[in-house]
Amino acid sequence: MAELLQDSIYFGVAISLFAYWIGVKCKEKWNFPLMNPLLISMVLIILFLWITKIPFETYSNGAKYITYFLTPATVCFAVPLYRQLQALKENMGAVLAGILCGSLAHGLIVMGMGIWFVLPEELICSILPKSVTTAIALGVSEEIGGIAAVTVVGVTIAGLSGNILGPVLLKWFKIEEPEAQGLALGTASHAIGTSKAVELGEIQGAMSSLAIVVTGILTVVLAPWMASVLATL
Amino acid sequence: MKYIFQFGIIAAVSLIGELLYVILPLPVPASVYGLVLMFVLLCTGIIKLKWIEETADYLLMIMPLLFVEPSVKLMTSFGIIQGRILPLFLMCIVSWAVVMIITGSVAQFVIRMRKKKEKRTEEKTNG
Repeated sequence: MAELLQDSIYFGVAISLFAYWIGVKCKEKWNFPLMNPLLISMVLIILFLWITKIPFETYSNGAKYITYFLTPATVCFAVPLYRQLQALKENMGAVLAGILCGSLAHGLIVMGMGIWFVLPEELICSILPKSVTTAIALGVSEEIGGIAAVTVVGVTIAGLSGNILGPVLLKWFKIEEPEAQGLALGTASHAIGTSKAVELGEIQGAMSSLAIVVTGILTVVLAPWMASVLATL
Repeated sequence: MKYIFQFGIIAAVSLIGELLYVILPLPVPASVYGLVLMFVLLCTGIIKLKWIEETADYLLMIMPLLFVEPSVKLMTSFGIIQGRILPLFLMCIVSWAVVMIITGSVAQFVIRMRKKKEKRTEEKTNG
């Protein structure tokens, strides 16, 4: 049986698809932020592999083919960015200044806390790119020597925080301009934050989806530089 | 059949992204080269939005599914995160809040500056 599973790539593909499908159904049924399809499918599959004692490699042997679509999917982020071209032109200053300051502050806080908690460098590097959309975060994490799986979890925490606590934080800190609200959510919480931004309004949604891509590209530039600073400390 | 053509274009741009990754000595993921290239091609009109639109939207929609395998891999890193879960969690939450506050406040400041300036020039032209 184990050999059969090892030989067929469809084992990993099938359980990934079904686990994700269950996640989507749960989200449809209970509209609660923790009902995140990726989070649910991750927990389900880890539990399944752990109970059946099937090694990760056997699962990954097939499931990795799904992950191969990540590069073309990331390339497609050009489409929403192109659709927001007008919004980008109109708010260029706010977009660049806001995202640049936010991303720099993020790097400093992560490095500062990481050093304070005496975390190993590879863990700090795994969290450094966690504000951006998973596709880009994974690539950056790999480049700077992070652990991809830890990055994915960090990205998910950032996203869920934005979805659950984002609007409260905006209110506390009196961030009222719709463009600024959208940028804050997109920069800190990528796509999961954007789904909340869309609920707040059309401008928020547009600015948030714009911020995902701009933050992603900016992090590609900033993170390796920060990682090299970290390595010299 | 149009999906085949659409995915063909996206795959070709991905391929050029990977080639750039091999050629250029920068720590930029291949997918980001592809993203920027695709954006430039769209802006210059070399690629029309309608040539890739449906396939691109579909790929973006199913994107979280593509992260299932990398996140399940977490089970192989339990060793290194064991005993460090709380600091990691705190680090994620605190840094998340800092980004929200800083990005939001700076963007708001710039937007209000611009609005004030616009208002002043408006008053000048009216007065």
